[in-house]
Amino acid sequence: MNNIEKILLVGNPNVGKSAIFSRLTGAKVIISNYPGTTVEFTQGKLKLGEETAMIVDVPGTYTLEPTCKAEDVACRMVKEGGVTINIVDATNLERNLHLTLQLLEDDIPVIVALNMWDDTKHRGIYIDVKKLEEQLGVPVVPTCGLSGEGIKELIERLPQAKARSLPVSSDAQKWEKIGKIVEEVQKLTHRHHTLLEILEDLSIKPLTGLPIALGIIYCAFWVVRFIGEGLIGHIFEPLFTKLWLPLLMKIGTLLGEGSFLHHILIGNLIEGKIDFGQSFGLLTTGLYVPIAMVLPYILSFYLILGLLEDFGYLPRLAVLVDNFMHHLGLHGYAIIPFILGLGCKVPGVLATRILEERREKFIAATLLAIGVPCMAQIAMIVGLVGQRGGKYVALIFLILFLLLIIKGLVLNRFLKGTSPEILVEIPPYRIPQVTAVTKKLWMRLSGFLKEALPLVLLGVLFVNILYALRIIDFFAYIFAPVLTNLWGLPKEAISALIVGFLRKDVAVGMLGPLNLTTKQLVVGSTILSLYFPCIATYIVLIRELGIKDTLKSTFIMIAVALLVGVLLNLILI
Amino acid sequence: MTIDLTQMQPGETGTVKEIQGGQGFVRKLQSMGVRPEKKITKVSSHFWRGPQTIEVDNIQIAVGFGMAKRILVEVSR
Repeated sequence: MNNIEKILLVGNPNVGKSAIFSRLTGAKVIISNYPGTTVEFTQGKLKLGEETAMIVDVPGTYTLEPTCKAEDVACRMVKEGGVTINIVDATNLERNLHLTLQLLEDDIPVIVALNMWDDTKHRGIYIDVKKLEEQLGVPVVPTCGLSGEGIKELIERLPQAKARSLPVSSDAQKWEKIGKIVEEVQKLTHRHHTLLEILEDLSIKPLTGLPIALGIIYCAFWVVRFIGEGLIGHIFEPLFTKLWLPLLMKIGTLLGEGSFLHHILIGNLIEGKIDFGQSFGLLTTGLYVPIAMVLPYILSFYLILGLLEDFGYLPRLAVLVDNFMHHLGLHGYAIIPFILGLGCKVPGVLATRILEERREKFIAATLLAIGVPCMAQIAMIVGLVGQRGGKYVALIFLILFLLLIIKGLVLNRFLKGTSPEILVEIPPYRIPQVTAVTKKLWMRLSGFLKEALPLVLLGVLFVNILYALRIIDFFAYIFAPVLTNLWGLPKEAISALIVGFLRKDVAVGMLGPLNLTTKQLVVGSTILSLYFPCIATYIVLIRELGIKDTLKSTFIMIAVALLVGVLLNLILI
Repeated sequence: MTIDLTQMQPGETGTVKEIQGGQGFVRKLQSMGVRPEKKITKVSSHFWRGPQTIEVDNIQIAVGFGMAKRILVEVSR
């Protein structure tokens, strides 16, 4: 075993595989506390002396006889071969060893990493590593992915990985063998309930769990708003008005008002001044909307989400809402794509992979695409409609929420099949690690800037060109009957609807300069959330659902938007 | 006496006797630590035929109501 080319990280879900992976490669990967995020596998490189080995983070699996898609992927990757690091949760030896024994029956070199080693101490678990090594016949190294303990030894002992090729045994035989091994190597001593464990129990019991859930959600929103507003008021707004604005004024005079470049870069002057919300140039509104209005909320939302994820709260929320979600044709775990979707729908749609059945995935993705506003949209609605009064913002979100439920009920009623049941592991609470949380936050923020900023600028440019070429007037003329007669919006709102295909934040922003009545603003913002997700989401939707289901979903979106627009126009005064 | 998982009281401990269902379901539960002769403790049960949470070897698992009906447990009452 001198030449290691490929290393596979194999283990059950929730054993800290991703943490070990990022320790080994130093790569930036998402480390989460709930199962399912690594269905798409990650790979990186590890330097072993002179050589470089490819290292693959195989999706978490309980068995090599697949029971679901993620496990299927995992099995196929193991069959392809490579040195296998079997990551075992030391606090849960018995269950984890089942996979280990299966690996030992294959003709692949295996080394065992006994992860979460630090956790065994306060849980009153004592494991004799030497004896375990003898029993298994392969190297066993205690590790702690979060602190990095044992990683060096793991790398050093990689060449000692051994292929056992044990005779194939039945499940029952394996469990029997595991029973003996565990009895031999593990001693349990009394453990006292830590504060976290008491909290675990309280948050999963319905009587205490539901109030706790409501409390956590309320606090989360409050903190997101507090941080978001704070960042805007104290950092981003001053930055733009005190530093950027004077600079732009100079550029503006240099370009000369009325010139083509002035029009594209600076946009229209409102009462002789640059207005970041309404001027609509690339350097004015194009930068101000994504950076000063949306980014602060994205930052605060993902900070709180990351903390809740790493703390391990989300699976508990999934269990608490399971009952309710069944009425929408989903099970509780579908709440996770929805929560992610509140940040950005792209990761939200990707997360529908944790749902097994096509029907379920279709419902979740459709509801997500047109029922859950993303943070960019939320920030703009709060910023724009909020000026007319908080109750109108609340009204929009209430409408969207009710629609989400109605759409779910209808889809569940009319799509064939039933919703499957929940069967998930609830990981213990863990205090989030500052480095892991900041790493994840940074990834998500840079993801937003890289993906959203170009699209926002493109949208602004696009609209300016359409205006210049008078194409907007043409569209406005064609769609005027729908807009004015059915929805009660001015025909100029068409430009917002067009940009809405690209980005929702700019689109909502474009309603600003139209001098709409409050009712029109509510109708407009709601329709913008309903008729189509943004282009980035739509592409992921096609990839995840396939063309046929996406078209079905699109049809639902358009029908709902038309209908709701008309209803709101009639009902609202 | 043998009852199903949904009939256990929160806090009650019992021994798994039988898991009724397809091979996939049985295997999945087994690999999560729920299999015959294992001791499990019911943690909570949610309203209106909601999921049942149990604890097996320090790990908590949420099981849908219909699935829980198919897990038979021996308890001493």
